[in-house]
Amino acid sequence: MTDAPRERPLSPHTTIWRWHLTMATSILHRASGCALYGGGLILAIWAMTLAAGPEAYGTFKAVMGSFPGKIVMFALTLATFYHLAKGIQHLIWDAGHGYNLKTATMGAIATIAFAIAATLAVWIIAAMTGAL
Amino acid sequence: MASYRTPLGRARGLGAAKHGVGSWIAERVTAVALVPLVLWAVFSGLRLAATDYYGAVAWLTSSMVNPVLMGLFVIVGFLHMHAGLRVVIEDYITKTSSRAVLLLLNLFVCALVGALAVFSILKVALGGAY
Repeated sequence: MTDAPRERPLSPHTTIWRWHLTMATSILHRASGCALYGGGLILAIWAMTLAAGPEAYGTFKAVMGSFPGKIVMFALTLATFYHLAKGIQHLIWDAGHGYNLKTATMGAIATIAFAIAATLAVWIIAAMTGAL
Repeated sequence: MASYRTPLGRARGLGAAKHGVGSWIAERVTAVALVPLVLWAVFSGLRLAATDYYGAVAWLTSSMVNPVLMGLFVIVGFLHMHAGLRVVIEDYITKTSSRAVLLLLNLFVCALVGALAVFSILKVALGGAY
């Protein structure tokens, strides 16, 4: 394609739409997915340092166990549960159900509630089992 | 500048490529598989965080369940990462050259890092840890 891209007509979307919960949670679904891309890379570093031996694995655990490391892990826990819950709502939508306005908004509220509750539960369990 | 291309030549390649459905379904299939896998991974992460190197090696070598599920989690997870970021790049990056570079980078990073992770898990699980 040697022709310069031409201006194509766009339907007005983000500029004129009022922000609502289903819209915000959908955008956040994409953002959390991008954050979890980084989480996938950390998972790979876990596997590689474990294969490299005790010294490398000790360094990995020290970095992840530091205060900045814990903040990253907390954010990734939140992103994991958020992306999981919102992903299930998207799968239901893909199957053609749940488009009723009330149902969709309830699903968005449930997604946020589940993400926060599950994240707190995991970190409380982590604190109780000596994982921190 | 006047274009000498025929109307048909300009229109070709701008319509449906007829292979989008496959990647769309693949993203959903990996998503469904990741629902149980990610719950297992969080549970495993809690156990791994509470132990040291030797505990982690023992966790990966004690039975075939943990290495197999961890290997599946990495493979399915990286396939889903690749599919997800691919859609993000295709949606927001319109410049052909930047888009091509980012799509290739996404594919190569996922393939290389995923392969390194799977190899590492196998190495430890099959007793090659030192």
